[in-house]
Amino acid sequence: MSAEEKKPQERVGVYVCHCGTNIAGVVNVEDVSTWAGEKLKDQGVVVSRDYKFMCSSLGQELIQNDIKEFGLTRVVVAACSPHLHEQTFRTACKGADLNPYLCELVSIREQVSWVHTDKDAATEKSKAIISGGVSRVVHHEPLEPLYVSIHPATLIVGGGIAGIQAALEIADAGYPVYLVEREPSIGGHMAQFDKTFPTLDCSACILTPKMVQVGNHPNITLLTYSEVEKVDGFVGNFVVSIRKRARSVNEADCTGCGICWEKCPKKVIDDKFEVGIGYRKAVYTPFPQAVPKYPVIDRENCIYYEKGTCKACEKFCPTGAINFAQEDEIMNVEVGNIILATGWDLFDARRIPNYGYGRLPNVFTSMEFERLSNAAGPTGGQIVLRDGKTVPKSVAIIHCVGSRDKNYNNYCSSICCMQSLKFAHLVHERTGATVYNCYIDIRTPAKAYDEFYQRLIEEGTLFIRGKVAEVTDAALSPAEEGKLVIQVEDTLIGKQRRIPVDMVVLSAALEPRADSKEVAKRFGISCSADGWFIEKHPKLDPVATMTEGIYIAGVVQGPKDIPASVVQGAAAAARVLGKIQQKEIALEPVRATVNEEQCSGCRICNDLCPFSAILFHEDKMVSEINPALCQGCGTCVAACPAGAISGTGFSNEQILSQIDGLLFLNIKSKEAVKA
Amino acid sequence: MSKPKFAMYWAASCGGCEIAVLNIHEKILDVDANFEVVFWPVAMDAKYADVEKMKDGEITLCLWNGGIRNDENEHIAHLLRKKSKILVAFGSCACEGCIPGLANFTPIQEVIDTAFTTVSTENPDNLRPQPHYQMPEGEITIPTLYPLLRTLDQVVDVDYYMPGCPPESHQIAAVIDVVIAALQGKADLPPKGATIGAGNSTVCDECERTRNVKTIKEFKRIQLGKVDPDLCLLEQGIPCNGPATRSGCNARCPSAGAQCIGCYGPAEGVVDYGARLISAFASVIDSDDPQEIDRILDGLVDPAGQFYRFNLAGSLLRGSKQAHTSGD
Repeated sequence: MSAEEKKPQERVGVYVCHCGTNIAGVVNVEDVSTWAGEKLKDQGVVVSRDYKFMCSSLGQELIQNDIKEFGLTRVVVAACSPHLHEQTFRTACKGADLNPYLCELVSIREQVSWVHTDKDAATEKSKAIISGGVSRVVHHEPLEPLYVSIHPATLIVGGGIAGIQAALEIADAGYPVYLVEREPSIGGHMAQFDKTFPTLDCSACILTPKMVQVGNHPNITLLTYSEVEKVDGFVGNFVVSIRKRARSVNEADCTGCGICWEKCPKKVIDDKFEVGIGYRKAVYTPFPQAVPKYPVIDRENCIYYEKGTCKACEKFCPTGAINFAQEDEIMNVEVGNIILATGWDLFDARRIPNYGYGRLPNVFTSMEFERLSNAAGPTGGQIVLRDGKTVPKSVAIIHCVGSRDKNYNNYCSSICCMQSLKFAHLVHERTGATVYNCYIDIRTPAKAYDEFYQRLIEEGTLFIRGKVAEVTDAALSPAEEGKLVIQVEDTLIGKQRRIPVDMVVLSAALEPRADSKEVAKRFGISCSADGWFIEKHPKLDPVATMTEGIYIAGVVQGPKDIPASVVQGAAAAARVLGKIQQKEIALEPVRATVNEEQCSGCRICNDLCPFSAILFHEDKMVSEINPALCQGCGTCVAACPAGAISGTGFSNEQILSQIDGLLFLNIKSKEAVKA
Repeated sequence: MSKPKFAMYWAASCGGCEIAVLNIHEKILDVDANFEVVFWPVAMDAKYADVEKMKDGEITLCLWNGGIRNDENEHIAHLLRKKSKILVAFGSCACEGCIPGLANFTPIQEVIDTAFTTVSTENPDNLRPQPHYQMPEGEITIPTLYPLLRTLDQVVDVDYYMPGCPPESHQIAAVIDVVIAALQGKADLPPKGATIGAGNSTVCDECERTRNVKTIKEFKRIQLGKVDPDLCLLEQGIPCNGPATRSGCNARCPSAGAQCIGCYGPAEGVVDYGARLISAFASVIDSDDPQEIDRILDGLVDPAGQFYRFNLAGSLLRGSKQAHTSGD
């Protein structure tokens, strides 16, 4: 394994970056550079330099000039994490006609200067890391990127506002879109709201025109009541299999006239769109402005499917569109890019038993309140108690229910403050009731948000800074009799308070979809521990993922409000359009490959690939890795018990040499190395 | 013209390799017909002094079995290396340490104490062997044990490796055929450093059992439950080492209904057999719940024996830290 046996000797240049004072403040970079130039000569180092900012154009030129002047065949840059500047230095090498993959970036910032304070030890560690990088780089091989063409169609999963925005942007640009939605209609959560903060414009009024545009767009194939079952392929060339669930209605014949649901005798509690506080029929569209207009028959509740008789809808349908025998249909579509905009689930407020939701009838969740206040909702927009008639005289709105709470979710759900302010306003407007908003902090950072907060203060909403301990119906005084009492410490006056109210609204957290982990796996992307999909870079690449060709938009990436979701939908569309315009893209050549002769088809790797790149050939009993799908993560390489899978750039030779280098085993005279 | 010379030696091993050689049946006559057996302590009378008198490289083929446990083993290893043209690490002990190598988990003094104090030992005076002992007639010596058992190639240069505990007789016969053919100029010897008498893939390649995508919910010992005769043992939760073990045995154990325990050593390209298997098994454990994972792993009752039964001395770490430093 010793590097010096490799013939012919490579010519290595070492470049130590100061990163201003980021590295140089802790590491003696001059010493490190001199040391590498002297002590790593036997490993092939012919030049070693330090420079203030290696990533600057002057720094890059320095490397390029050396490549030409010294005939360098390998480059080691000791600077920041490869995540940040690997591409920069590879491109620099390429500019000097050195294969970019013959460059190794070792981190002495994230791994050294940012995590150590002892300057001498940090300097020695930097030497070790560079020594490892030099030992490793001589085993690098020149690689060529893989070029693949890009299919112009795009799959968008999720027909909420983020998905709608993305679909319209791409379709308007002239490219085909498949928009897949699990529910019978697009619209998402936004369709359930009455008003949107802070402008208080009617949610339906601004959303439904966009829904109609989607429904009518010649470039959009709308697939509602459908789910993606399987994703094969890779960036530019995905093959997606979509299950179109049977609506029991022939779309070609249905005019959406509504006679079927008028005549349907079966009333069902609507626990989806009306969140359990309203009814629908067994044949239904979730709401009158649904897109598409075609209803679905809910087979679990339909009398015909239950008992074999009824067929009222079929009898009355003027176009004969009802089709009880319809079956699920599997569609396979080819797309080049995928945008996931699958949204969120509401935190189940029953998980906080001391708030009484589910036990105390007049405790409502935020989504219930949205439907209650919606003019098209079950009460026609009247804010009333669970009995359906009593107008509350006092209402408490509790913020951060399930958010910013280490027992449930640590994160801030971002929308609850503004939503709770909106609720307070609507209660005032519709009932004149006294409103208490119990908050931990008021967060109103976006445009015109804090102005809305000021407006609410002026309207007379009572703000109590404190986390509510309990909501109870156990009265301690005659004034509390028959009321809900909220127990809260008002931290601004330092007092415990008991406030009797008629109604409590819980501003519940936004949570990842219950099936977010499975969906992430199906599409080959990652989830955070919370369950939100992980973006490629939290600041600089917020809608891309680590999987090429898969983008995320809206709350699926983390809690956000409507404007931010729309921005992400448009941003993801822009990224996709950019990709489509390129017509073909170069894929990183860092890939895993199976040595067919050594693979005995034990199938241990088969289910491990997060990108579904592993294919098993039953006939030959060997596994194969699709190079275009493989992202070079190395999971299968580590798992293969036969050592039959190797990762480009991470061969045994490369890794073991790097370890030898880190331990200075590559240096014969170790006198320069401190014990 | 005199016949090429053949030698075989055992160091720290059980003797099974010698039996395996004899077990090639009438092929042993070919050995006799083609070779002059000059040194084979287990089969014929010979003295080290006879070997010392030979010219360097005089022995054409030397099969060495056993690990290097003491200074005598090491001395003879150097001697036979010098005198042999082709030195073969023969069998698991010579290649990777095998069962004697498991002592590398334990400091050498504990190894000796175990051997001389446990209930099966009759040792009323609680004696210990002394490398040097003064008798009225003069000093007598026995070999000194080393703190760690080493594989043959950790001590001398090795030409070929022949794995197995013991190597399968049909493989031995095939290797002898190749060597004879090479001596007669009818075939080429494999490149130096090659593994001979074995395959290039793993036991799974030769195993007839049906294999599916693997997920493991439970590890269980083979005697505690019903075993499907046709399905991959690992899929049934029986910790079979086949996926990491070099092929060449015709999947003897799995075919007979027992799990592979790894005697043919690491597959080509595997640096550390145990580490490979650990990461492979861990990769297919079907749970995200840390407690459940712990429970599943508790099903592997003897991890050291499971993953390093044959390979400890030849592994990256070679032994425990305590054993490494026990000779100091």
